[in-house]
Amino acid sequence: MHSRDSQLNNARVVNHTMTIIIWSVALSTMLLPLSIISDVFIKGLAHLNWSFLTEIPKNSGREGGISSLFISNSLILIVCLAVVIPIGITTALYLNERVSPNDKVDKWIQISLDVLAGVPSIIFGLFGYVFFCQILGLGFSILSGGLSLACMVLPLFIRLCENNLKNSPASYREAAEALNISHTGFIIKVLLPSVAEGIGAAVVVVMGRALAETAVLIFTAGYALRYPNSLFDSGRSLSIHIYDLAMNVPGGMPAASATAIVLFLLLIILNALVRFSCRRL
Amino acid sequence: MRTNKAVELMLKASAILVVMVLIFIFSFIFFKSLPFITDNQLSSLFVDDGWYPTTNNFNLFPIIVGSISIMVVPLLLSAPLGILLALFCRYYAPKSLAKVYIALIELLSGIPSVVYGLWGVLVLVPWIGQYAPPGASLLAGWIIIAIMILPLMVICVDNQLALVPKKWLSGAQALSITRWGTIWKIVLPSCISNISSGLILQTGRALGETMAVLMVCGNIVQIPTSMFDPIRTLTANIALEMSYATEMHVSVLFMSGLILLLMTSILMSLAYAFKRQPVE
Repeated sequence: MHSRDSQLNNARVVNHTMTIIIWSVALSTMLLPLSIISDVFIKGLAHLNWSFLTEIPKNSGREGGISSLFISNSLILIVCLAVVIPIGITTALYLNERVSPNDKVDKWIQISLDVLAGVPSIIFGLFGYVFFCQILGLGFSILSGGLSLACMVLPLFIRLCENNLKNSPASYREAAEALNISHTGFIIKVLLPSVAEGIGAAVVVVMGRALAETAVLIFTAGYALRYPNSLFDSGRSLSIHIYDLAMNVPGGMPAASATAIVLFLLLIILNALVRFSCRRL
Repeated sequence: MRTNKAVELMLKASAILVVMVLIFIFSFIFFKSLPFITDNQLSSLFVDDGWYPTTNNFNLFPIIVGSISIMVVPLLLSAPLGILLALFCRYYAPKSLAKVYIALIELLSGIPSVVYGLWGVLVLVPWIGQYAPPGASLLAGWIIIAIMILPLMVICVDNQLALVPKKWLSGAQALSITRWGTIWKIVLPSCISNISSGLILQTGRALGETMAVLMVCGNIVQIPTSMFDPIRTLTANIALEMSYATEMHVSVLFMSGLILLLMTSILMSLAYAFKRQPVE
């Protein structure tokens, strides 16, 4: 009797100790990332003003702004999305519409997607540098950067679209069959509109990933600071600008931090867009 | 349903395209590293005098050691922490706090690695440098990577905890088992192998991480003797030398890419091996 009591007592003591430990760990751990963000903000805010957003970089980026980088980075994103969205949606449709689960083909495509998603990003950079820049002769250009980036984010986008399609109500399909709508008609008129929100959110998630990526772009999109003239021109992304200013430009830290703030805010906006537009992901 | 051959074909074509991209990337990397494999013995990766690519000395061993060492310690640091934080969100924090907490974690998981690297250069490296110059070191890499993968681990553990059947929890409550007792004896045993699977996958991230490591680790090719030594990883090596490499050097860089792929594949199959169907 006595030992049962002390066991219960022990359990209670352990329980309380763990509660205290978990609360304190949880609250204190958050201080670290928050202090990272505030360190970068404190360093960069002094350098950040309106002209920083509207001027082109001068003196290797130490002075001036980042306006031309917005253009380059948007073009890189557009190239990337122009490739990823059509291929991604059709592949997800194929996986969802044509292949029954546990089918061999399905399994192999799933495994290749998993593997592709796990490939370190620098490998896509290496591949893009030799294949797009050298073999296809695109050189350091927005086009090679965007295409390499597309290879990297494609698996993520397909996964997100596929999850959305899977969650589309089965009753829609049954109704379409009852009405003898053609399969193509069902996909275009019923299925895709019903998951449009989710696919929109998937596009935003992929944009965030692409915007944050650096390693793929270092040796594919190049370092040029001017306004790009065409897709075959070299253009620097915001992330590469941060890297270059921090590592290769003495005295570049304030501008690097200011660029980091801009990039961070852009990502927060994208994150909020996903959050508010859709809860299906 | 009435089907349309052309549309079906188009869907199939794009699925095949995706698989071909994968096969193409893999075979491209393999064929690009073939000149090195056929020309030199692979053993030169381990027995050459050092890493002097301009004079054809390709001892990759210290760099491989660097890559492995940068991955193991952050896993040990952030895996238990990640589990604790996920438990906090699911079983300890009030609902509203948990919501904010998870939102914050998701936000953190989206911060670009180059920004973490910037913070490393700005704050962490000078701080370590005060005690053990030069500051850019294995330790700096550990800290940055641990902070980077922590949010990913929390999300992954939280997803697994969500799958634990509700009736088990109410059953435990009915038996008046303590909260920690429920977690320790019921929740964790039921999903620990899926959690490990997820954690191993996130470790792959640490292995493949380039920018932050490139910025804070010092990039000196050597086998570290203490945690204050600068090191270079496979990813940083590719990023540093890709631009000026020629001939055999290019081939070796592709070879190191192949080694990276091999290491991630091993991690991935480990993760697959740990994976279980969630209990109903």
